[in-house]
Amino acid sequence: MAKERVLIVGGGLAGLAAGMKLAEQGIHVDLMSLTPFKRSHSVCAQGGINSVNDQTRQLGDSEWKHLDDTVYGGDFLQHQPMVWEMALWAPKVIDLMDRLGVPFNRTIEGFRDQRRFGGTLFKRTAFAGATTGQQLLYALDEQVRRWNTEGLIHCYEGWDFLAPVLDDNGRCRGVVAQDLVSMEIRAFPADAVIVASGGCGLVYGRSTMSMACTGSAASRCFRAGVNYANGEFIQVHPTAIPGTDKLRLMSESARGEGGRVWVPRQPQDLRDPREIPEDQRYYFLEERYPEYGNLVPRDIATREIFNVCIEEGLSVEKGRQCVYLDLTHLPREMLDKKLGGILSIYEKFQGVDPRDVPMKIFPAVHYAMGGLWVDYERNAEGRLAAGSPRNQQTNVPGLFAIGECDYQFHGANRLGANSLLSCIFSGLFVGPGIENLLGSLQGRSAADQPASLYEAAAKHHQDEHNRLLKHTGGNENPYLLHQELGQAMTKAATVVRHNSELETAYAKVCELQERAQRCALSDRGGWTNQNIMFTKSLRDMFPLARTILKGALARDECRGAHFKPNFAMPGLDAADEAGRRRQAEAWCDRFDENNRKWLKTTVATLDSTGEPQLDYEDVDTSLIPPRPRLYGLVGAEVIDEVWKARQKKAAASGNGQSATSAPQSATVQ
Amino acid sequence: MQTNEQDIESFEVRVLRQAAPGESSYWERHRIDYEPGLNVTSVLQRMAAQAKTVDGKQVTPVAWESNCLEEVCGACTMLVNGQVRQGCSALVDRLLAENSDEIELRPMSKFPVVRDLVVDRSRMFRTLEKVKGWIPVDGYFDLGPGPRQSQQEQQQAYPLSECMTCGCCLEACPQYTKIEVTRREGESDAAYQRRRNAAHDGGFVGAAAISQVMLFNTNPTGRMNAGERLDALMEPGGIQVCGNAQNCVVVCPKEIPLTRSIGRAGRASTVRAIKKWFDG
Repeated sequence: MAKERVLIVGGGLAGLAAGMKLAEQGIHVDLMSLTPFKRSHSVCAQGGINSVNDQTRQLGDSEWKHLDDTVYGGDFLQHQPMVWEMALWAPKVIDLMDRLGVPFNRTIEGFRDQRRFGGTLFKRTAFAGATTGQQLLYALDEQVRRWNTEGLIHCYEGWDFLAPVLDDNGRCRGVVAQDLVSMEIRAFPADAVIVASGGCGLVYGRSTMSMACTGSAASRCFRAGVNYANGEFIQVHPTAIPGTDKLRLMSESARGEGGRVWVPRQPQDLRDPREIPEDQRYYFLEERYPEYGNLVPRDIATREIFNVCIEEGLSVEKGRQCVYLDLTHLPREMLDKKLGGILSIYEKFQGVDPRDVPMKIFPAVHYAMGGLWVDYERNAEGRLAAGSPRNQQTNVPGLFAIGECDYQFHGANRLGANSLLSCIFSGLFVGPGIENLLGSLQGRSAADQPASLYEAAAKHHQDEHNRLLKHTGGNENPYLLHQELGQAMTKAATVVRHNSELETAYAKVCELQERAQRCALSDRGGWTNQNIMFTKSLRDMFPLARTILKGALARDECRGAHFKPNFAMPGLDAADEAGRRRQAEAWCDRFDENNRKWLKTTVATLDSTGEPQLDYEDVDTSLIPPRPRLYGLVGAEVIDEVWKARQKKAAASGNGQSATSAPQSATVQ
Repeated sequence: MQTNEQDIESFEVRVLRQAAPGESSYWERHRIDYEPGLNVTSVLQRMAAQAKTVDGKQVTPVAWESNCLEEVCGACTMLVNGQVRQGCSALVDRLLAENSDEIELRPMSKFPVVRDLVVDRSRMFRTLEKVKGWIPVDGYFDLGPGPRQSQQEQQQAYPLSECMTCGCCLEACPQYTKIEVTRREGESDAAYQRRRNAAHDGGFVGAAAISQVMLFNTNPTGRMNAGERLDALMEPGGIQVCGNAQNCVVVCPKEIPLTRSIGRAGRASTVRAIKKWFDG
């Protein structure tokens, strides 16, 4: 199959893993990325990568429990066979990365060390200092470099993917891309295209994501007919350092070691925080959640911090939303030893020592659970059919999506340290399916396509580029429009969502999209023109922004990261036991009813007017039946009892789960 | 005063610009409204948005590279007030405290300018190829875990593995000199690439790549091919070019013990050379 080529868009963990695996299979790969691979956003991942390991296994852990934690954390919105397959592969993925030279932290006996992360009771997370993503990326980059010297991988670093090339039958036959330096637009024939372009944080203006995370590659596929799924599920991390250019992550471990979150009781108290007496400080997490205090789960911490600033107007600063994360009461020695790494990030970027002065933090958009819709093939055991070309393939034949830009694995909410795993896993797993696809081409490969197909595609984009360069009908500033977009999205579609605000934002985003057609370029040159490339990606943010908003507006429920207070299911307030039980029955009825309606994948298509149209697809929950998440709810114990009794009854009457699945229970955290 | 906030309304930024390779460079002044908490990255974002000099002249946005903005990707490396560093971690309050008149931005001088602050650092990646900077594994099938390693070995490897190929060490190195290969009229991608690789391969490999050799040569699997990498370090442009100025270790933003790596690589190369001489 010497003639066949696969083109990969994106040089982060997923793209590099796919590239090296395909090269090993003897397939020629073109690997394209906006930045040199080593500078991809994967470097920002700090925490680690999850898998069952020899130690947790002896404590009762299993791949099945990893699956369970992942789907429970994701509020059951994932197709479970994909997660099951990923959990089964996880130990192998980490072993492989270990062999590739990733400097994982070690135990005194020389084994890989593991730490505990959110959403699980087991120490599943392997890590390399505080830069696990960087270390994993480098190891894959090195392998790709090796294949590059052997001629199997050809690298196009510094190219922007403009569109897939589709033939008359709608099959993907390659891509059109543009060189960011010379501005050359070129068509690349390919027999399969894998998009591994990461998340879309820039749709929110500033986020914890890197500058390359514009979402434009995914959006360009969306425009070409690829479905976009679960767009409304965007993870917001509770603690980030607000910056004028970016929101930088502040790890949860700061609270784990005793950090306290507070705001002055008096709005925008201008005094030095250290001079504000205890009784004038509002430790709102500790007051509202006496049991868990500052270590409430991520989504709750995020919502409360957001709430205290936005709804209650108690932000520390006037023009900017933030709360104090205070470590100053803790011994310096302990801070240096346990938190040195993350505190130095704060110090480096804020110019302030958090050992002396409380940090100012605020939640920030962090991860897109949604993305390009991809298929999978399930086998009889509830796993994926290995080698099936359907795995990770979008609805456009020949076009695949992997990594953060696909919509799978994380459902409505991602667990920490599962993203690095899903990226590498999907990259490795897609290879054999593509090899089978290439094997079935038989004389219908990209090399057999008429040259006119590629010439026309390149010309179309060249014309569009020229039109934009010469365009004079407007004076809109793309950078300022981007700021406005970010503000509208951040206000309406992050932590707390109200339908009225989503509607307002939708109208605003449509207006901005219209105005973006009238951008005045400040650079009309033909060399390294970042102005025009930014304007292009800005324009591509709108279809995603509208899909996120529309999906959120339609989904009248609370699930994972998608929280609408008007549709939250309240706890039990009856004074007597019988009343509570009645309410619990009603609660469980409503839970079932809600799942029947909303336990569905949102699938968006873009119509010819640029309007996203929504449809819904059933989710494969055949391995682990959905159960309620009851954290912090009043009356959780009663609901749990009622729920379990119902499950028992259902099982007895033969409607229960399959023999492979674990016992059901409504877990109260 | 927690951030040395400045009592000013705006400040000037002086940028050395260049439209394209081969064009002459020129200084341009921009005025930016002051706000607390700015860094050089956000200054460049504001400059792009206003695209106007101090004299009110409309200009193209200054071209510059960036990605992570957290000092882990290495993209936004440039000379800030004459010092090589990442723009993202260069805080305006601190820069103005040192020099309240202006902030000066220049492209790195050891790499060919593509445009303005964007330079072509592909030579660094080529050098990683030359020294075979990877672990040559049998393949990507499941063959169990990697070799066990002591905590000490991990602690030695980890700092070296944090190298983000930013090029600060090379900018500061007296022996590392710029190599610029311009594309000939009508030259194909492949031909240009070959000519560029040949030119780069003759130049000094520099501290970053030498340190990477030590990273791979101390890995239990990588060690099996240690000789090949040392051989690459003994070719023209290899470790013998190092003049021991020790500037590299001073400017490294990740505080990688580069001079230690160079010392160890030097000794290992010498031993290998002698051994090869005796073995014929």
